[in-house]
Formats: sequence, structure tokens, C-alpha cells
Amino acid sequence: MSKGVAITGMGVVSAIGNNVAENYQSLINSNKGISKISKIDTIHKNDIMVGEIASTNSELEQQLGLSTDNNYSRTALLGAIAAKQAVQNAQITNINSYKTGLISSTSVGGMDMTETYYYDYLENKSSQKYIDGHHAGDSSQKIAEQLGIKQSLVTTISTACSSAANAIMLGARLIKSGKLDRVIVGGADCLCKFTINGFKTLMILSDTYNTPFDENRKGLNLGEAAAFLVLESDKVISEEKKEVLAYVKGYGNANDAYHQTASSENGDGATLAMQKALKVANYTAKDIDYINAHGTATGNNDLSEGRAILRVFEDNVPDFSSTKAYTGHTLAAAGAIEAVYAVLALQNNIIYPNLNFKTQMKEFDITPQLELKEKELQTVLSNSLGFGGNCSTLIFSKEQ
Amino acid sequence: MEVLKQELKENIIEQLNLEDITVEDIADNDILFGDGLGLDSIDALELIVMLDKNYGIKLTDPKEGREIFGSIEIMAKYITEHRTK
Amino acid sequence: MSAVYISGLGSISCQKTFDNNEFLDEIITYTDTVITAVNPNYKEYIKPAAARRMAKGIKMGVVASRIALNDANKEQIDAIITGTGMGCVRDSEKFVSAIIDNNEQYLTPTSFIQSTHNTVGGQIALELQCKGYNFTYVHASVSFESALLDASLQLENDEANTILIGGVDELGDHTVAIHKIVNHIKPEKIDSTALLNATTEGAVFGEGANFFVVSNKKQASNYAEVLAITTYNTVSKNKIQQLAQEFLQDNGINIGDIDAIVLGNNGDVKHDSFYHELSSGIFQNTQQIYYKHLCGEFNTASSFGLWLASKILKTQHLPDVVKINNKSITNYTTILLYNQYRGENHSFTLLRKC
Repeated sequence: MSKGVAITGMGVVSAIGNNVAENYQSLINSNKGISKISKIDTIHKNDIMVGEIASTNSELEQQLGLSTDNNYSRTALLGAIAAKQAVQNAQITNINSYKTGLISSTSVGGMDMTETYYYDYLENKSSQKYIDGHHAGDSSQKIAEQLGIKQSLVTTISTACSSAANAIMLGARLIKSGKLDRVIVGGADCLCKFTINGFKTLMILSDTYNTPFDENRKGLNLGEAAAFLVLESDKVISEEKKEVLAYVKGYGNANDAYHQTASSENGDGATLAMQKALKVANYTAKDIDYINAHGTATGNNDLSEGRAILRVFEDNVPDFSSTKAYTGHTLAAAGAIEAVYAVLALQNNIIYPNLNFKTQMKEFDITPQLELKEKELQTVLSNSLGFGGNCSTLIFSKEQ
Repeated sequence: MEVLKQELKENIIEQLNLEDITVEDIADNDILFGDGLGLDSIDALELIVMLDKNYGIKLTDPKEGREIFGSIEIMAKYITEHRTK
Repeated sequence: MSAVYISGLGSISCQKTFDNNEFLDEIITYTDTVITAVNPNYKEYIKPAAARRMAKGIKMGVVASRIALNDANKEQIDAIITGTGMGCVRDSEKFVSAIIDNNEQYLTPTSFIQSTHNTVGGQIALELQCKGYNFTYVHASVSFESALLDASLQLENDEANTILIGGVDELGDHTVAIHKIVNHIKPEKIDSTALLNATTEGAVFGEGANFFVVSNKKQASNYAEVLAITTYNTVSKNKIQQLAQEFLQDNGINIGDIDAIVLGNNGDVKHDSFYHELSSGIFQNTQQIYYKHLCGEFNTASSFGLWLASKILKTQHLPDVVKINNKSITNYTTILLYNQYRGENHSFTLLRKC
């Protein structure tokens, strides 16, 4: 059994940067990645704002050195790039030198291609190569291939907006139990008409910049992103004398069991997830220095999550902020990009501002951190809450 | 108005897949949500689309729906006053 | 370390498997290349108000899980872990085609919500009011095995005591149509009794839900103990025998100890060779069993394989219809399961009689 779950590498592409350093610069300079949509031709383009990644698919293909007959969805392209960054950052030269697995996550998978070629498949041979990418595990298979992971544990989690947090959780448990020595964990989701229209039917898309935890919040901005982290066991760390970026210290998943899409008014699931994570970390609420909230800026989420935070932390709510105003809500990838942001916060002793906030919510008196703040951080708690009542919390720490 | 009410009942049963309910089971003043017919927030979103598609009424805030969908009577009145098709 | 026991099961498949008092007593033979599940009376299990928005996948999952819980005599569990390759694919099809056909107008939320892969797991949690751990795995032919692996980790490490796991997938018209075009589905009709010796590529597609209650409590009514489960993203064909041997060795089992091997042959001449390596190689003297002629191929079809193996171990009865060869075994103690789909996402599962 490995005691610690060390993070030794990270990679991320999002609307605020194509790598970890660019993401960090945007975070500390309050640079939002939210704009009108440019890459998808949707009738909603004037009604919504999104967090879009600048690179086109062909630019991403070139970056990966793929031939033109590849059948990568945008999700797979983004995921492969972020995962490769993470492995490089962890200075891994031989991926199969230790028992290495990949736990990826996605909610849309190859839906961008499905919706493009849906009827075309039936007539046109050239688009049929994408049929293999119909199932959600396809992007993970491709990422594993790009990383050179063979004959090993590769799987995919899809629990809506908590997916990547759950991938990190499973990875941590596999390291702790000794099933794997090393595991690449994270998630990827691209923007597509499917999610744009889906969230539109739920009437929770904002027509302007999203404003987490603001009284007058109008809903979320969708975003696209991918992020991966390399988790390694104590054995690998000591044998390879590796530098550790941070540790996965606690984790918890619970179900709200309240409604198919909405969170319960008092945040039962989120409360349970945070409590479980604290217990696994062997921490009390007082040990948490910063909360990176899920904070999607929907009426329902921010109220429910805020109340859950109050239930867990009572009178001692630590500094908290949501980074969704920067990136948009990147669905399955959100838990992974925010894990990267949590580790960066620990490394730099920085709390990111909760952008676009103007008016205090009337239901409670907790206010997110509004300015960039320097503070010695030992621990960061990160929430990811999704459809199907799926609630996840991760705790990252500087020390084992 | 009576024709509209009948039409609304039929559409609600079909759109919301209320298999075990017939038009006769829904009285004009029955409460549709919660303890009444048992509709919920997802049904409200479905009904908002129905207003748009069938009567050209666009609601932007789901909260508006809560009052309008109080009963068949209230709905029919609202539609009569606001329909554009 | 705690052990992992299967204490209850529920199956909805292309055979009449939802009644736990029976065990493949009557067999439905098929000639089509796409076969659908035999439905129980869903209304017996789900209230109309709840059922009206449920996709078939959700209904199958909810009812199979209910049957499994009844079988295990459990009302509450600590966690729900679901495997599904495609989720509620009919609703995904409905939403995508509505986007295209209506040019993104007049769309309604229900089919979008159901398209979310964890909708089955979420609905089961809602029905049972289970606030525990709730994961959904969506990795092709190891979706279900990933759920079983996760549950094993939880039980072994005392993170939970009783867990509901399951595999569920439904058929959708468009998905079927496009898989026919690329010959993932057989081009010609075939009698299900002839599947094993098919000479064409592709499989016969099916659907179903197989749910299990797994627990760390040893009790006489248990079906089987799960000794080990492992998955591989890729395996080269010439390595599969060696991998099987290593897997058994790691668990202190010899090939001779295996009383039966349950294989996932689906009649695809292009990819069944992985199974042939084992059945004509190191397991040639072992009782060989197959099942996809009964349930069809789908991403979580291997959950039917686990259902079958569990039933064999508990009843000590091997139905003739699943025999590949005939070794007249009288006592089934240890069963190995192997599955893959189109040469990828392989899994070994090792079961022992309780």
C-alpha cells in the first residue's frame, strides 16, 4: 500500500492557455477566455458566450503529428495534447517502466463528429472512419496510444460535470491500493452543438460573462478544455527521486439523490462529498486554506454549493472562488483543469479572484475572494458537482 | 377557449408522456405541478418549448412559467392574450 | 483485505432471464442480426409518474437492479457503480437528429438529460434514495469490468460493505444503421445456434442490463467470490495465452484448477481468433462456455457472462445451450471469464464457488 499519492506532472489546454504556464499567467492577470463562439456554426451564436480554445482541429492534428486520415474527435485531440504535456512535465521517458494506467473522462466524447456526420455516415464512406469514435472510451484509447500505454488498465469515467474529479479519485485509490505505480488521470471535453443546445433547453446558459456567486447571475458559459495529471506512488518517488508538485490528500463522492439535473436546495450531496474528503485526508474543516468552488454561476448550483460550504465550514469558511469566469464550464474536464489550478495555487501561494462579481447573494453572507491574494497555502479543496446528483470533492496538499 | 383547453390537455398528455392519464382526468382548474398532476421543473421546460412552438410565445425566464402553468384555465387565458400564432 | 462476494443478481436480456427462479430453462433462438431484450413488466417495479420519462436503458437498469437487490435481500447499499458503453443511446440519437432536423429550434430537455451517461446510475440512486458513491464507467467492452474493479477495490479496502454494480446498454436505430454500414454488425442473417461457426465479419447486436449486489460478507446464499479482475487496453494476439497464465499465477491458480472458461465469442471471423488462441491452446482440455448467441453483442455484454458464470457456480448446473465442448464436469469450483471486443479492451475475471 502506498501512503501518498504524489502529483508529478500536469498538462492543460483551455480557453485561457495552451499549457500550464499560460493558464497560470491568465489566472493571475484576470484574463478571461470567454468570447462569442467562432468555431461552431450555431443559431445561438449571438445569444451565448463560450470558453473556446483558439487552435483549430487541423492545428491540433499537426501538433500531434497525425496523418490526415486520422479519426480523432476534438475531444481526443485536446486530451492527447494535455496528457502528453503532463507526461513530459513528469519527466517520464519510459511510460511502461512502472505499472502505468490511464483514467480519462469525458461527457461528449466524439459527439462533435457524430453531430457533423450524423446523416452523412449513411452515404459517405469518407466520414465513416469516425463511427469507431462513437463510444466515449474512444478518446481514452487514443490518448493511451499517444502516451504509449499498452496492455494496461485504461478506462473512462462519465459522470457529467464531476467526471474528471472522479478520474483523479479513482487514480488515487489505484495508487493507494498498490494496483498501479503510476496513473495518468484527467478529462477532456470539446464544445459541440449537442451541449450548447442541451444546456440551452435547460435555460441555464448566460448571454453574457458568467458571474459565479453573484446575486444576479444569469447562468453558465460552456467551455472546452482538457487537463491531465500524473499520479505516482511512494515507490516511484523514492526510486526515481522525483520532484513532487503536490499530493492528492483527500477525496469523496456522494449522490444528491434529489433530481435528475438540479442540486438539492441545501446541497446534501456536496456536503457529504466534502465531509468524506476531509475524513479521507484526516483533516478537519479548519485545515482547508482555500476552496476552488464548482461555482458554475447557475442560480441553482451556486446557492446549493454555497449552503453546502456553510454546512461543512460553519463560521470558518476559508477563502473561496470559482474559476469558471475564466474558462467557462468545461463539463467533464472541469475537475481536472481545476485540479491543475489548485496545484498551481499551492505552488505559488496564490488565491485566484472570483471574476465578474458585483452583488452579494441574499441567501447567505459568504462572499468569494474578489482580488488576487497571496497567502501561504497548505491545502486546497476543489468541488465538482454534476447532473445525476453526482458530487465530488478533492483535497490537494503541499505536504504528504 | 374550450377548444384551446382541450388542445392543451391533449398536448400536455402527449408531450409529457402521461401514459395513464386521459383528457377527462384533467379538470380546468386542477393544479398541474407538485401535488396536483405531479409535473416538475423539467416538465415546465417542456411546456415552455410548447408555448414557443405552438403559440409563438417566448419565455426567457423559467420562473415565469411557474405562474402561467398553474392550471389549464390559467394557461389558456395567458395563451389567448399573448399568442402570436 | 476483505473478499468480494456476489450476493444477488438481476438480468434483463434477449432471453427471459429476469425471473431468478429460472436458469435458461427456455431458450429463444434468433435469426436476425439485431436482437432486443425480453421485457419484464416494468410497471410492476416502476411507478407510472417515474416511468414516463425513462428511456429503455433506464428502465432495464432500474428493474435489473431492483431484482438484484431483492435477490440479495437488501434494501439499501453503500454505493452504485454502473458500466455502460453508450448510455441511453436512443435519447442521444433523438437529440442529435432534433438539432439537425429542426435547425437547433424547439428542442426539449428530456432527451438531452437522458443522454448523460450517468443517467442510469443517477436514476437508480434517486429511486433508492442512495446518497453514497456513484460512478459510471463508459469504456467500451471494459465498462462493466471497470465497475467491478472499482467495487472490488472498495470492498477489499473497506471503503464500503455492500455495492450495487451493473452493466447496461440499449439499442438505437441510428447506431444500428451506421454499425451495419461498417460491418460491425453482420451483413447477413444468421441462426443464433450457428454463431460460433460463422464465416462472416461483424457481430449480432443485442442489449440488456445485468446488475449484481457485491458485498464483503460471507454467507451461504452467495453466488460466487470474485477472486480477481483485470483489464487491458491492448493485447497482441500472440500474447493472450501468456497473459492468461500470468493472471492465473498472480492469483495462485493453475490452468488445471479452472473448471470452465467463459468466452465472449461473438461470431466475428475477424476478431474471434483471440478466443480461439485460448480455446485451442492452454484451455483446450477445459470446459468451454459461450453466451453471446443468447444475449447479443454490446459494450456491456460481458455482464451477462458474469451472470451466467455466477448462476453456474450457485446451481452447479451447466445448460447445454452454452457449451462449446463437453467435458462432463461434475463440480464447478473455479471459473475464468475472458472477453474483448474487436481486439481491444480485454478482461479476465476469476470466480470461485462460495
